[in-house]
Amino acid sequence: MAEIRNYTMNFGPQHPAAHGVLRLVLELDGEVVRRADPHIGLLHRATEKLAENKTYLQSVPYMDRLDYVSMMVNEHAYVMAIEKLLQIEVPIRAQYIRVMFDEITRILNHLLWIGAHALDVGAMTMFLYAFREREDLMDCYEAVSGARLHAAYYRPGGVYRDLPDTMPKYESSKIHSEKETRIRNSNREGSLLDFIEDFTNRFPTYVDEYETLLTDNRIWKQRLVDIGIVSPERAKALGFTGPMLRGSGVEWDLRKKQPYEVYDRMDFDIPVGVNGDCYDRYLVRMEEFRQSNRIIKQCVDWLRNNPGPVITDNHKVAPPSRVGMKQNMEEMIHHFKLFTEGFHVPPGETYAAVEHPKGEFGIYLVSNGANKPYRLKIRAPGFAHLAALDEMSRGHMISDVVAIIGTQDIVFGEIDR
Amino acid sequence: MATHQEILTEALRSALGDKITNVQALFGELTVTVKADDICAVSRVLQDDSALKFDTLMDLCGIDYSAYGDELAVKHNLRNKRFAVIYHLLSVTNNQRLRVRVLAEDDELPAVDSVTEIWPVANWFEREAFDLYGIVFTGHPDLRRILTDYGFIGNPFRKDFPMTGYVEMRYDAEQKRVVYQPVSIEPREITPLVIREEHYGDCES
Repeated sequence: MAEIRNYTMNFGPQHPAAHGVLRLVLELDGEVVRRADPHIGLLHRATEKLAENKTYLQSVPYMDRLDYVSMMVNEHAYVMAIEKLLQIEVPIRAQYIRVMFDEITRILNHLLWIGAHALDVGAMTMFLYAFREREDLMDCYEAVSGARLHAAYYRPGGVYRDLPDTMPKYESSKIHSEKETRIRNSNREGSLLDFIEDFTNRFPTYVDEYETLLTDNRIWKQRLVDIGIVSPERAKALGFTGPMLRGSGVEWDLRKKQPYEVYDRMDFDIPVGVNGDCYDRYLVRMEEFRQSNRIIKQCVDWLRNNPGPVITDNHKVAPPSRVGMKQNMEEMIHHFKLFTEGFHVPPGETYAAVEHPKGEFGIYLVSNGANKPYRLKIRAPGFAHLAALDEMSRGHMISDVVAIIGTQDIVFGEIDR
Repeated sequence: MATHQEILTEALRSALGDKITNVQALFGELTVTVKADDICAVSRVLQDDSALKFDTLMDLCGIDYSAYGDELAVKHNLRNKRFAVIYHLLSVTNNQRLRVRVLAEDDELPAVDSVTEIWPVANWFEREAFDLYGIVFTGHPDLRRILTDYGFIGNPFRKDFPMTGYVEMRYDAEQKRVVYQPVSIEPREITPLVIREEHYGDCES
């Protein structure tokens, strides 16, 4: 009889289902995975070390590039850590804007996740649908910050500027006739808030569309049900957070349990799974679409009726207005000092965590009183999730590994940092 | 909020006794310092004690205190040690957080016991701290480098490691392969590091 041995296979780093630069060394017994050893670090840019050599403000754009599909939430944790050390108050309007954009980001992230996950499992249409909606949300990003992805919109003490009153419009061209352009611009006539409200009215129907395509789809269920089961105890021991933990049936959401900004004023529910398999995690995220939509609606209503400042008036931290700067000596000095030397953060250490679309995203910030952080540690949720890939995929078929990578919502920007 | 923290401090003191060498409370966050020899025993208590129940390790990271400043080092009771490991614990059951600081005794070969037995999530975090700071976790099942390149030399996050590193990589057209060579970029600092004395810039005289 022939001797049968396990063989090892290299998966990635250039594999379409590897979500970036994941290199997996798989030990296979036939088609069954016996051991999975992820090799990471191919996108390691030492963000934490770079931050030690930059002023606090200069590191804000680096945060966008961590998890590059949920940009503003990364910034949120970072500015929250600085605000905690500085002990400054954020204006209430800025808090609402942050919550609204956190939820927009959550939808953005989950849209990419559902698109990529479905594509990995074999459903092409989802990807196109998801990117149609992402386009609208990235227009919101562009309207407030000027950038579609890497916004750098949140600043210590508030947000960069108030929401715009107008939305940029399409122009007619050879390809798009005037009549067609008028239809495309129909929801762009009002302010950004009108545009977002229009989106929130449309979005629940879109989620229903996704669900008709997937939830009862036989192939989808065959690929996801009972794959990668994690028990609640194990999920906690493995450091799971966010939808990964909730999919296992643990009711844990920082927005409810340790509320930050104005989440305690919002009315929303946390979905939890029952079995802890890939299908439950899929259902949890689908419900989060609807809950995020609810939160955005509440924020839009509040923001319409309550104008006010969006950044702190402490000019040691936030720049003064352009007009003030040109007329007032003291404000000019503030501006000069802020952008040459940066602000100083009192000595201390803090850990600020937000409910990132992927889980708990935390920033551990140590300051020694300088204008640069002494140590910045980024706690990325994906790092702990990917570490559990070995345990989750053991005993499954090789095609299930792809489903598990999809369900973990891996993004290498945050894992490799 | 303050009372909740006091309850936690009390619970920690009664459960761990003199194993805690220092307790600090700042911004509603609690930091306890523990000796390197005790970390495994302390972790077990932190996980099992019903008033503590820290069932998740949120984060584990290394830190190099060599440029921290003498005054702060004394204030935080660092005992002139260079490396420390910081644990961020979360109790999902009791909804509370705790930070544990463990100072590595030896600056030349910093070593701390591994907590992978207690919190399996520590596996990769400890590999990361080993990779970036050279802190050895005794008892770790698979202590390999994780983030840096295959065959990397040095511990890049130590304060004495230059930001530009020592080697760079490029494609050599003649040899038709990627080669390593000493770095050609000059280290530069855009904004100098400034630490102001206390009350700098206060208006009232």
